[in-house]
Amino acid sequence: MEYETVIGLEVHAQLLTDSKIFCGCSTKFGAAPNSHTCPICLGMPGVLPVLNRKVVEYTIKMGLATNCRINPEDVFARKNYFYPDLPKGYQISQFDRPLAEDGWVDIEIDGKKKRIGIIRIHMEEDAGKLVHDETSPFSYVDFNRTGVPLIEIVSRPDIRSPEEATSYLRRLHEILVYLEICDGNMEEGSFRCDANVSIRPGGAAEFGTRTELKNMNSFRNVQRALEYEVKRQQYVVEGGGKVAQETRLWDDAQGTTLSMRGKEEAHDYRYFPDPDLVPVAIDNAWIEEVRATLPELPMEKRERFIGEYGIPAYDAGVLTATRALAEFYEETVKLTGKPKIASNWVMGDVLRYLNEEKRDIRESPVKPSSLADMINLIERGTISGKMAKEVFEEMYRSGKGPEAIIEEKGLVQITDEDALKKTIEQVLAANPSEAEQYRSGKQKLFGFFVGQVMKATGGKANPAMVNDILKKILSGR
Amino acid sequence: MAAGLHESTIHELQEKLRRGDVTASEITEAVFSRIEAVDGRIKSFITIMRDSAAACARRADEAIRAGKAGPLTGIPIAVKDIMCTKGVRTTCGSRILENFFPPYDATVVRKLKEGGAVIVGKTNMDEFAMGSSTETSFYGITRNPWDLGRIPGGSSGGSAAAVAAGECIASLGSDTGGSIRQPASLCGVVGMKPTYGRVSRYGLIAFASSLDQIGPFTRDAEDCAILLNAICGYDPLDSTSVPVETPDYRSFVGKDIKGWKFGVPREYLIEGIDPEVAGLMEESIGVLESLGAERVDISLPHTEYCVAVYYVIAPAEASSNLARYDGVKYGYRSPDARDLIEMYRKSRSEGFGAEVKRRIMIGTYALSSGYYDAYYKKASQVRTLIKRDFEEAFRKCDVIVTPTAPTAAFRIGEKTDDPLQMYLSDIFTISANLAGIPGISTPCGYTGKGLPVGLQLLAGHFQEGKLIQAASALERNAKFEKRRPAL
Repeated sequence: MEYETVIGLEVHAQLLTDSKIFCGCSTKFGAAPNSHTCPICLGMPGVLPVLNRKVVEYTIKMGLATNCRINPEDVFARKNYFYPDLPKGYQISQFDRPLAEDGWVDIEIDGKKKRIGIIRIHMEEDAGKLVHDETSPFSYVDFNRTGVPLIEIVSRPDIRSPEEATSYLRRLHEILVYLEICDGNMEEGSFRCDANVSIRPGGAAEFGTRTELKNMNSFRNVQRALEYEVKRQQYVVEGGGKVAQETRLWDDAQGTTLSMRGKEEAHDYRYFPDPDLVPVAIDNAWIEEVRATLPELPMEKRERFIGEYGIPAYDAGVLTATRALAEFYEETVKLTGKPKIASNWVMGDVLRYLNEEKRDIRESPVKPSSLADMINLIERGTISGKMAKEVFEEMYRSGKGPEAIIEEKGLVQITDEDALKKTIEQVLAANPSEAEQYRSGKQKLFGFFVGQVMKATGGKANPAMVNDILKKILSGR
Repeated sequence: MAAGLHESTIHELQEKLRRGDVTASEITEAVFSRIEAVDGRIKSFITIMRDSAAACARRADEAIRAGKAGPLTGIPIAVKDIMCTKGVRTTCGSRILENFFPPYDATVVRKLKEGGAVIVGKTNMDEFAMGSSTETSFYGITRNPWDLGRIPGGSSGGSAAAVAAGECIASLGSDTGGSIRQPASLCGVVGMKPTYGRVSRYGLIAFASSLDQIGPFTRDAEDCAILLNAICGYDPLDSTSVPVETPDYRSFVGKDIKGWKFGVPREYLIEGIDPEVAGLMEESIGVLESLGAERVDISLPHTEYCVAVYYVIAPAEASSNLARYDGVKYGYRSPDARDLIEMYRKSRSEGFGAEVKRRIMIGTYALSSGYYDAYYKKASQVRTLIKRDFEEAFRKCDVIVTPTAPTAAFRIGEKTDDPLQMYLSDIFTISANLAGIPGISTPCGYTGKGLPVGLQLLAGHFQEGKLIQAASALERNAKFEKRRPAL
């Protein structure tokens, strides 16, 4: 039987605020355990939360960037459950009055656009981390992460395949990073995802029973886990069984999902409005103020690059992967007026050298102005494209500008017609039989002569001029 | 008989300190002598802070000599053991916090210290403020100074008894459903619950966050104004504290109340009121009328739902507020748990008393999936109606008058087996917490057995000044002779 896969995703993104959502502690990752804590985030008796306004601002940003409605009055609610990494015994989250609702993002699969609905985006606090020591009968808790602001983005069950799921995730990830409200680091847990998955016979109107998948900490694992889970559910159904409503954990090493808890053990979170926090009022003025700070989003930028610069969709996709990269590219174009050549250099040598060292575009030793100077030198014929490769490498290593390197290395292209003519004549004189063969019709020897000329000039001859002069001489003028 | 230092009011002592008739150290010494003499019988305190108080009194004397005295400089004040005190054990009357030493001061404690007050100790209370008799404390019961066989009221029974018995000059309590006003009434002192949001809750260990409010216990209305001045005001650490202007409450003392309308809610004239209590209230209303005020009949139609609404909302919030006591981070941890679930179960089973467990269970139930709408949500809706009742009522009157409690102090153990009877002792006080309005209990006389009785006055939001004004008018024109408990 043909099955249709139905997936909904819940994404948790840590917001890039300096301080936590309800206290002044630092949000920096990687500090010594429990060094970023205070009575408030430790949930000591009598302390009270005070909302960090930046969190609201960042969440409004994400809401606007994903076409959501921003609710004018937002209420924090307590989600009650016991766990040692949750010091208050409840998580401050939002329940029936989230900040943003009813949005969407577009994804593209094989060149086809598809719209994925977003049910809601809400604010909440992160929990701490348990530290297990195999050699000790105790486990420890690190509360540094407790109270780090999170937003949860809940999609509609509009996703129909693991590919669509990862495409949607990449889209959200890219928007969050573009907005500079999340660093998107999946390894450190700044961007996490849970999935609700079900299958149903093709054409059925009702949803099948869903399982919730957790513990997938990379795009690749999301895809693998979903693929596995879809197959597992098909296997269960085809074997005459029923999919159980449960929470399952992805096991990366085994490549399987394992049951964590069933429906009966599901928590009753006993949500209720948090009486320690007043509702957050968001008026239109605030929304418009935030809207004015929104950058051009990746999708729009991509389309603009294709239209404005006439570069292929593939190039536009690569160049808009981050805001910084797109800015680097646009700066280069502005200084050269050569969009495609600039694209080739940025996607080619610039990213290759940076990727080799796992460096970010913002750390590039070659700045757009230097790259543009180099491209302009090629365009003017001062250096050849081949020489430019060498020049670029040196620019990358030393951080120097192209002119200085060309001068140091004596790399200036030979464009003196008489000098070139002389060299060509010498080459022809040294290879009389090849010259004879060429003249009697073996045209493909042309390349041989070009090569000999380049060799004789140490690669400095202007290739276009060599072509011209060689043709003239060989054809006897 | 001349009042000893420990029996004086704040304003009397201020005057004496100012004139140099007495030193803060002498006052503090007098108070500690009194504590030594009587606290073995009353047990107002869980923790007595003799050494730090003496040091504080010496600093107060220096400040006075330097001409830097504030209104509370050198005044011995007791604090209910529900407010966090930096480095001083804060138990909330519970075994689960028997080893808890907060690394921070509650905002009110900070304000007292900054004002130069001498904190004498942490007073006994019903465990987590859940009770009306100070009988549920893990640290033993507190007795009523007027009759040691009776309860002092609760939950702030220790704070009320300490003021009544001369073990401090004034004290702070907290009031979630009457926990300041009811013990004030039963111990014959003045007790005020300010408007919700008037006093910061930062560092007040939460029972029911939307109802809890800190307030003063004092010997008269003027002292109440002085202490309220010291603790009130917006606090950036408490999002529910309100940034509105705070008047000088002392300026309301002694002002006349001519032309004021005092509303008597007909729904409060119930059968359960002790006739003596009703009689004393009538007498007070007579005094008000003699001062040119008018008695008006008012209605608070949703009164009958107050207790029910309260016993859904307060336990619901408490069930969540008390989840943090899990044995993981601080407080009591059962010594013989073998795994996480057992650690939770045993620590909480052994750490909490019966009344607290009862309320956690009620609250958990009321918030549970499938019951939320019928209980918590419904209760919240009715709460809105109760608020509206008061808004309506205050269109017709300046201040509402009721008995503070239906009876004078009851006997120890009399109601401990009957939670419902116990809950009804707060029947007149709960509505002010639900509506968020301020209320004061001021002494209005004595029963035939010589037990004090309080009168409750309620005003609109942020109208504490009216309460001070009315209470001070009543006090200055009282028809009864003021007594002290014979100890």
